Amino acid sequence: MGKRIVLGAVAILLVIAAAYASLYIAPEERTMGVVQRIFYFHVGSAWAGLLAFFVCFIGNLMYVWKREPKYDWLGVAGAEVGLVFTTVVLITGPIWAHPVWGIWWTWDARLTSTFVLWLLYVSYLLLRTLVEEPGRRALLSALFGIFAFIDVPLVFGAIRWWRTQHPSPVIMGGPGSGLDPTMRKVLFFSGLAMCVLMAFLMVERYVLEKMRSEVDILKREAEAQ
Amino acid sequence: MKNLDSVFAAYLIGWGVFFLFYVSIAKRTSDLRAEVERLKNALPRGK
Repeated sequence: MGKRIVLGAVAILLVIAAAYASLYIAPEERTMGVVQRIFYFHVGSAWAGLLAFFVCFIGNLMYVWKREPKYDWLGVAGAEVGLVFTTVVLITGPIWAHPVWGIWWTWDARLTSTFVLWLLYVSYLLLRTLVEEPGRRALLSALFGIFAFIDVPLVFGAIRWWRTQHPSPVIMGGPGSGLDPTMRKVLFFSGLAMCVLMAFLMVERYVLEKMRSEVDILKREAEAQ
Repeated sequence: MKNLDSVFAAYLIGWGVFFLFYVSIAKRTSDLRAEVERLKNALPRGK
């Protein structure tokens, strides 16, 4: 419990520091102006969300291999936390896009693949509510989670492989891409802060799922008597 | 400072989503803790 409180406190401090750096330390972008500052929060959330889905994928693979409940708990924690971060990405993106593009949304490859990713993990969580038996629920959702993760490389590659309305990558974007050094530092710091927040939320969600499993066992014992 | 309201809206809504998610985890954990206690007391051997 103590370590979880420390992790939570560190996450909150880092997120506050990242917001300060994004709003006051990063230089103002020439063409977009102040609204570009959403970029640090938006991209940081996207990185943390994709990392959470990767953790979910590892949990799903490990469950299919080992059939141990702890990997199912990891899978559901990763899926739910990743979904929350992707929700933030899908909200902050249009708020940034509207003043810059003049539209809230367009069905380009990056935006569409991200929305499909969101729908896939909503389906993952819905699937879990439809299956009663814990072992069957864990296996079916692990298999679905492995399938859902196929969209993550598509989200990553969409702005590299296809021409999109969404801006081209500024990190790992090849020749001609890049960021002002201060912007780059602020972006990496924001990404780190969001990943620590993601880790804190995932630990809390994992503990919740573990407790839910204990309740299921106790209920079965109570029904057997 | 054109579009400053969009910046604050993005940050506030984002933090709001994270905060509500944390509150939902805390609420579900608290409910389950109460359920564990109730079930443990309901079992005759007091497990």
